[in-house]
Amino acid sequence: MYEFNYHKASSVSDAEQALRNASDGKIVAGGQTLLPTLKQRLASPSDLIDLGGCSELCGISVDGDTVTIGAMTTHAMVANSAEVQSAIPALAGLASNIGDAQVRNLGTIGGSIANNDPAADYPAACLGLGAVIVTDKREIVADDFFTGLFETALDEHEIITAIRFPKPEKACYQKFPNPASRYALVGVMVAKMSSGVRVAVTGAGADGVFRVDAFESALDGSFSASSLDIEMVHLPDLLEDIHGSPGYRENLIRVMGKRAVEACG
Amino acid sequence: MNDTGIGASVRRKEDFRFLTGQGTYTDDINRPGQTYGYILRSPVAHAKINGIDLAEAKAAPGVVAIFTGDDMQVGSIPCGWGVNNKDGSPMNEPPHPALAQGKVRHVGDQVAIVIAESYAEARAAAELIDVDYEELPAVADLATALDQSTLVHDEAPGNLCYDWEIGEEAQVNAIFESAHHVTSMDIVNNRLVPNAMEPRAAIGEYDSATGEYTLYTTSQNPHVIRLLMGAFVLQIPEHKLRVVAPDVGGGFGSKIFHYAEEAIVTWAAQKVRRPIKWRAERSESFLSDAHGRDHVTKAELALDQDGKFIGLRCYTKANMGAYLSTFSTCVPTYLHATLLAGVYTTPAIYCNVKAVFTNTVPVDAYRGAGRPEATYLLERLVDRAARETGMSQSEIRRKNFIPEDAFPYQTPVALQYDSGNYTATLDRAEELADVAGFQARRSEAASRGKLRGLGYSTYVEACGIAPSAVVGSLGARAGLFESANIRVHPTGSVTVYTGSHSHGQGHETTFAQLVSDSLGIPIENVDISHGDTNKVAFGMGTYGSRSLAVGGEAIMKALDKVITKSKKIAAHVLEADSADIEFKDGKFTVAGTDREMAFGDVALTAYVPHNFPHDELEPGLEEQAFYDPMNFTYPAGCHICEVEIDPDTGVVEVVAMTAMDDVGRVINPMIVEGQIHGGLAQGIGQALMEGARYDDDGQLLTGSYMDYCMPRADDLPDFKVGTTTTLCTHNSLGVKGCGEVGAIGSPPAVINAVVDALWDQGVRDIAMPATPNAVWNALNGAKTAMAAE
Repeated sequence: MYEFNYHKASSVSDAEQALRNASDGKIVAGGQTLLPTLKQRLASPSDLIDLGGCSELCGISVDGDTVTIGAMTTHAMVANSAEVQSAIPALAGLASNIGDAQVRNLGTIGGSIANNDPAADYPAACLGLGAVIVTDKREIVADDFFTGLFETALDEHEIITAIRFPKPEKACYQKFPNPASRYALVGVMVAKMSSGVRVAVTGAGADGVFRVDAFESALDGSFSASSLDIEMVHLPDLLEDIHGSPGYRENLIRVMGKRAVEACG
Repeated sequence: MNDTGIGASVRRKEDFRFLTGQGTYTDDINRPGQTYGYILRSPVAHAKINGIDLAEAKAAPGVVAIFTGDDMQVGSIPCGWGVNNKDGSPMNEPPHPALAQGKVRHVGDQVAIVIAESYAEARAAAELIDVDYEELPAVADLATALDQSTLVHDEAPGNLCYDWEIGEEAQVNAIFESAHHVTSMDIVNNRLVPNAMEPRAAIGEYDSATGEYTLYTTSQNPHVIRLLMGAFVLQIPEHKLRVVAPDVGGGFGSKIFHYAEEAIVTWAAQKVRRPIKWRAERSESFLSDAHGRDHVTKAELALDQDGKFIGLRCYTKANMGAYLSTFSTCVPTYLHATLLAGVYTTPAIYCNVKAVFTNTVPVDAYRGAGRPEATYLLERLVDRAARETGMSQSEIRRKNFIPEDAFPYQTPVALQYDSGNYTATLDRAEELADVAGFQARRSEAASRGKLRGLGYSTYVEACGIAPSAVVGSLGARAGLFESANIRVHPTGSVTVYTGSHSHGQGHETTFAQLVSDSLGIPIENVDISHGDTNKVAFGMGTYGSRSLAVGGEAIMKALDKVITKSKKIAAHVLEADSADIEFKDGKFTVAGTDREMAFGDVALTAYVPHNFPHDELEPGLEEQAFYDPMNFTYPAGCHICEVEIDPDTGVVEVVAMTAMDDVGRVINPMIVEGQIHGGLAQGIGQALMEGARYDDDGQLLTGSYMDYCMPRADDLPDFKVGTTTTLCTHNSLGVKGCGEVGAIGSPPAVINAVVDALWDQGVRDIAMPATPNAVWNALNGAKTAMAAE
């Protein structure tokens, strides 16, 4: 680890100020990606600004058909929240399968989304459920938020404060874990929203999370697993690595998609 | 049997200290004035070093010294086993420098050591070193390395280390020409990264007052390190070099070898006159611990019209990596080719092994070492031959087993098996695995859309390494005996000093059981001391499942001597002839009388002797023994694996794993079961998950747990484990060894089960590791091929 200045922010505005003052500052939320990266000397920020003291960023609330989750809410809190389990069980289920218990107790939804790892689970939840990402400056719809591998629409000094999920009629997330890392080799979120079906895929896309238009229109026509026995036109480039060829990942998108539809009931 | 003696499932004495975090591992040791070393490693697989600029790094905060290969002009790290070419000429053995001498040959090769007041400072300074690498093409692929014009070592033309053979090729070829059926396969044994839980570490120390060096190191055999490093690399005589291997957190073979870092910190400690601690980070372990396996083989089995095996021939290429590690050369030859008879009566066997240099991490022994490779190719061939000739997996094996009454059995490939009953083991395994119920389970699985398969493996292995005469004739440059010293203290408690090293095997319990059983004393009164060359006279260490069969036998020999002397003392006190003294349950009795003396009283008398006859009886009670076995031991067994495959995703679930092993007499059933569990986990890991992969440039693609898949608890079923017993005929305990059987027997059982599940879908073979993607590819490739027909 290289040396850095450490700030424990007491509020979002305090954090934002510290970020502006730093020559190359970095926000640390749960630290489950950033800290290993620092330990491996793959990053050398001048300043780390810790959001752990910003109690305003932590918590879950349900208002009508909207579930709002504070950016610093841990995966374990989402997984174990009776409110989330009741409103969007697919989201609680997704959170309960991220990493291991240690990761879930420290890792946060805001950190995961800001990092936008192409194999992370939460981007599929945001895009699949059509979430709105709330920052200290504006609101960004998920469709505009995830812009590429580890890239988001966030500005340089912009901080995520909360994520708002609309409650689906039904939804399910099916994850096929990479055997080694247990990140998603392919993860598919299928959600039947009042506005139509959304299908988002993580783990597979060369540019990160994406929606599968062909699946969405097929499921809009008939919400059944057999509807997905169609050609997946307009798929983006898929990742290729030692764990999965593009062809295998394409197959898993279909298999996991069908399983998600079936599990939706 | 007493309740802490032979055959008792005594809870491990060492576990309290380990489970409560009170073990003392090398990294727990801190010496006064200690500095920290960081090893700068090559980022490229093959390059000339045109220059190293240390100026900026030497000026960095906290830096004590920096040394490169130019500074460290010492002996080459030796290889422990010589292997001759077919024509009798010796193998090619290029230098193996501790710090690179003008060239780097694999990613992770040692280029410099930075010594600083803290580890962070050493590491930070290392980034300021400017090495001018002139990159060369890399030899990264084993299969094509012999044909490449790039040489890993200029001294080794064609990248060949040796071209060795066993058996008569012409004779075996003639048998193949007349064979009724020939089964032929190309077989890859995948490269593995050992991944002991404790990374390697070393502390070097030099006492300028006495001229004595001390090396604390994560080793399975401290005396061997002292011999190799002292005599060959640094020229330090034994009486000035102490090597301590304290608690060690797993080895699996990877901590047998003498590593460069040990020599570097010991040598440099004398230069800076301060102790130096080095400890590998996990990423370094991937790039510097010797890897395992990595063979490609063309293998053929000839059968007669009755389905009997009449000949076997194999052509193996074995990866040595960039340098010859301590045991590397013997693994594909003496520990692999000599096992190719397996449990079968195959009368004629030929094996050619070409050992190959590549720009990869050195490859050496890893749990099983050569025997898993032999077992895998043989059991894949047998499985295929059964399918091709219409025999069942059980039938083809029973037909070809060495029969129970044929022991001792001389194989055509040098080894003589002393005992075994392979049919009995197979019978019990089939029963425990409920083979009879398999078809019903397969049908039920099919109704859920799953493909279910059953796979066999019947294996034998040679362990208890090793009989000095045999291994000497095979090329070992040292004999492989073991020593034991039994020190009986005046109040009757006992310390055993053993050359065997325990790093997870439970020696502190098993060896204490031998003493408790033999002397009839409570196990709490026995301590096992190991791992320090200043305490233990000598030892060859722990590997090849040798600790009990060799180290344990040395303890038994020393115990015999203790009892013999105790009888003399008892005879003296009881005023009888020592020939009339009987020893039982911890008491010495004059035969036919009620005059007796407890072991504790004998011990006290030994140390407070008032009237011992000077010419007949020395005071004290301490005995030393060295044991050199007459033969290897031959554990054998049958593993049966049952898998269920999801054809949609290619996921293989091991739904049942049965291991019926004959490991000879069992001293502690619980420890044996634990050893077999661990071996099975590693075997299943090799079959389904683990595989080290390099790219064409010699970069390790699987350099962390993000990409190198280790087996985890939820990947494994509840194991069904049992033992059958035939006693080893040439050691007093009748023991054979259990440390490696799980890793040797299980991989082919798993792959045979996968192939069984996929056979009707047109799949004929699948390489390890059978990952979900690989299985799905095989299924879909077969589908495509069937559609085209």
